[in-house]
Amino acid sequence: MAKLTFKEELCKGCGLCVNACPKGLLALAQGRLNQKGHTPVELTRPEECVGCASCAIMCPDCVITVER
Amino acid sequence: MQEKTLMKGNEAIAEAAILAGCRHYFGYPITPQTEVAAYMAKKMPKIGGTFLQAESEIAAINMVYGVASTGKLAMTSSSSPGIALKAEGISYLAGADLPALIVNVQRGGPGLGGIQPSQSDYFLATRGPGHGDFHVLVLAPASVQEMADLTGKAFELAMKYRMPAMLLADGTMGQMMEPVVLPEPKEPAAQSPAWAAVGTECKRFHNVVNSLYLDPLTLEHTNFERFERYAAVERDETMWEEFLMEDAEICVVSCGITARVSRNAIVEARKRGIKVGMIRPITLWPFPKKPLQAAAEKVKSFLCVELNMGQMKEDVELAIRCKKPVDLCCRVGGMIPSPDEVLAKIIKANEQGG
Amino acid sequence: MVVFEKPKALTDKVFHYCPGCTHGIIHRLVAEVIDELGIEGQTIGVAPVGCAVLAYDYFACDMIEAAHGRAPAIATGVKRSMPDKVVFTYQGDGDLASIGMCETVSTAARGENVTIIFVNNAIYGMTGGQMAPTSLIGQVTQTSPYGRDPKTQGYPIRVCELLATLDAPQYLERVTVNNVKNVRNAKKAIKKAFQNQIEGKGFSLVEVVSACPTNWGMTPQKALEWIDEKMLPQYPLGCYRDKDQEV
Repeated sequence: MAKLTFKEELCKGCGLCVNACPKGLLALAQGRLNQKGHTPVELTRPEECVGCASCAIMCPDCVITVER
Repeated sequence: MQEKTLMKGNEAIAEAAILAGCRHYFGYPITPQTEVAAYMAKKMPKIGGTFLQAESEIAAINMVYGVASTGKLAMTSSSSPGIALKAEGISYLAGADLPALIVNVQRGGPGLGGIQPSQSDYFLATRGPGHGDFHVLVLAPASVQEMADLTGKAFELAMKYRMPAMLLADGTMGQMMEPVVLPEPKEPAAQSPAWAAVGTECKRFHNVVNSLYLDPLTLEHTNFERFERYAAVERDETMWEEFLMEDAEICVVSCGITARVSRNAIVEARKRGIKVGMIRPITLWPFPKKPLQAAAEKVKSFLCVELNMGQMKEDVELAIRCKKPVDLCCRVGGMIPSPDEVLAKIIKANEQGG
Repeated sequence: MVVFEKPKALTDKVFHYCPGCTHGIIHRLVAEVIDELGIEGQTIGVAPVGCAVLAYDYFACDMIEAAHGRAPAIATGVKRSMPDKVVFTYQGDGDLASIGMCETVSTAARGENVTIIFVNNAIYGMTGGQMAPTSLIGQVTQTSPYGRDPKTQGYPIRVCELLATLDAPQYLERVTVNNVKNVRNAKKAIKKAFQNQIEGKGFSLVEVVSACPTNWGMTPQKALEWIDEKMLPQYPLGCYRDKDQEV
């Protein structure tokens, strides 16, 4: 059981985490912006996340905390 | 009586710096100041200090910046063309409010110029040797004894006001030998100042040594704050020497080697009944405006004796608000006026009567 | 149990970098290494001029801002003043390989016991995308608008290879951060570069081939692919010096 927490206000919507996820579980939010005007990332199917942290490793902005 | 040692001016600077507690010297060979580096190269390794021959003048001043960032005394020395290269680093030192000593044993310029004595870096030193709005303390020794004394003083003031200091000597001062009474040795400070970048030990928020302020209002504030400090320096630290000024009708203004030449000329002129005296600025920044203003009330004229085309003359005229005529006696390119040349100018000034 | 979070050696300041800029990853790796080695309180960092100029706000250790290219000279001064502290510089390609090349080579030649993190993204980012000493042949930048032409603009400089001609350096390695595996390798190299200093082994430099999506004019993902396609053929990954491995 893994849990991802996003510091959404730090997210710049670059999408590097989206491509890093081996299961393709991340996506940029649809029709929603954070305070800075970026499209933040979301975990689409949380139950499938194994907490491999690939997303967090590729995130340039320390947005993602991973718990297992 | 204190023991006197016969020393070359450049060596006196080096020894005095060590006695002041400086343990970090970075330099690059250039005539006529190389003896400072050579002295440090011999001495520093034996007292646990650092002597490093840097790859360039620019690197040397930045190594000084590194040591200064840790709150310790550091110095570099060079001569005119090398000082121009250090200008970048000196500006950063000023911008980051770091103390340091820069020794400039001046030679003739511009360009590669020559290797004989000069005072042609007066503007460079006093107008801020680098980009931006700032000053460095500028001290001008006129004897080997003062080379030693003002080295210690420069470190003391640099640390007190957190600003770079420049010992502005001319090639003559660097090369001449005279007996010196060396100052009492001081140990390097055991504790680093609160602002220094020495590691947080995880006990405080990080210190940042920096001169970048992207917010214009903040940058303006740092400039204002710095100039408040400069005002205190001008008020409390201006140094000069007066010679036979009590009844003087002509005031010679000169520093360094030309002050010594002028002194001989003044003694000779006095023998001829000419009432002439001298104000010798010891700090060139801050410039001794007040004694010059006071003199302007009494004397008929001023005579600047310099090894440049009249750079200090501008400061004298500014200080006295052009109240009295200011004449110039100068030689450049490594030439030094003889006492007779100065005397001739004094006689001329006496005849003109201001 | 938390298995991944922002390292403690980074402050709470939000990175100013563009979306997808790999400076953020490299900052984090340096901070992770500082955390793992437990040296935050004993470390003094030197920030460059360039995109990473504000690095002094991001690292929680004591920091010094350098003039453009002078970080290795400043690091030398700091290390000579405080030999027991850990001193690192963080520099870009213009800073380290152009205006500061003299300081870089000389500091390496002295074998100064400092750690240099060299971020090579083949462009001047902060000033808006001008040609760097490491820009590729044919690369279009603001100051090579027709592509870098070796006839008039010369060839890109390979820093690790150049420094490997010197006797003194302890460790020179080129890494990149364009995928998870490469990020892990980059961290190993950075950690080694810091460990070398702690063990008094001397000069260590890690060159991180990095991406500048904004000035390369690409999406962040495309920029990472461009590293594989264009940057790595010019800048092959690998260890160019490791005195530990020499017999």
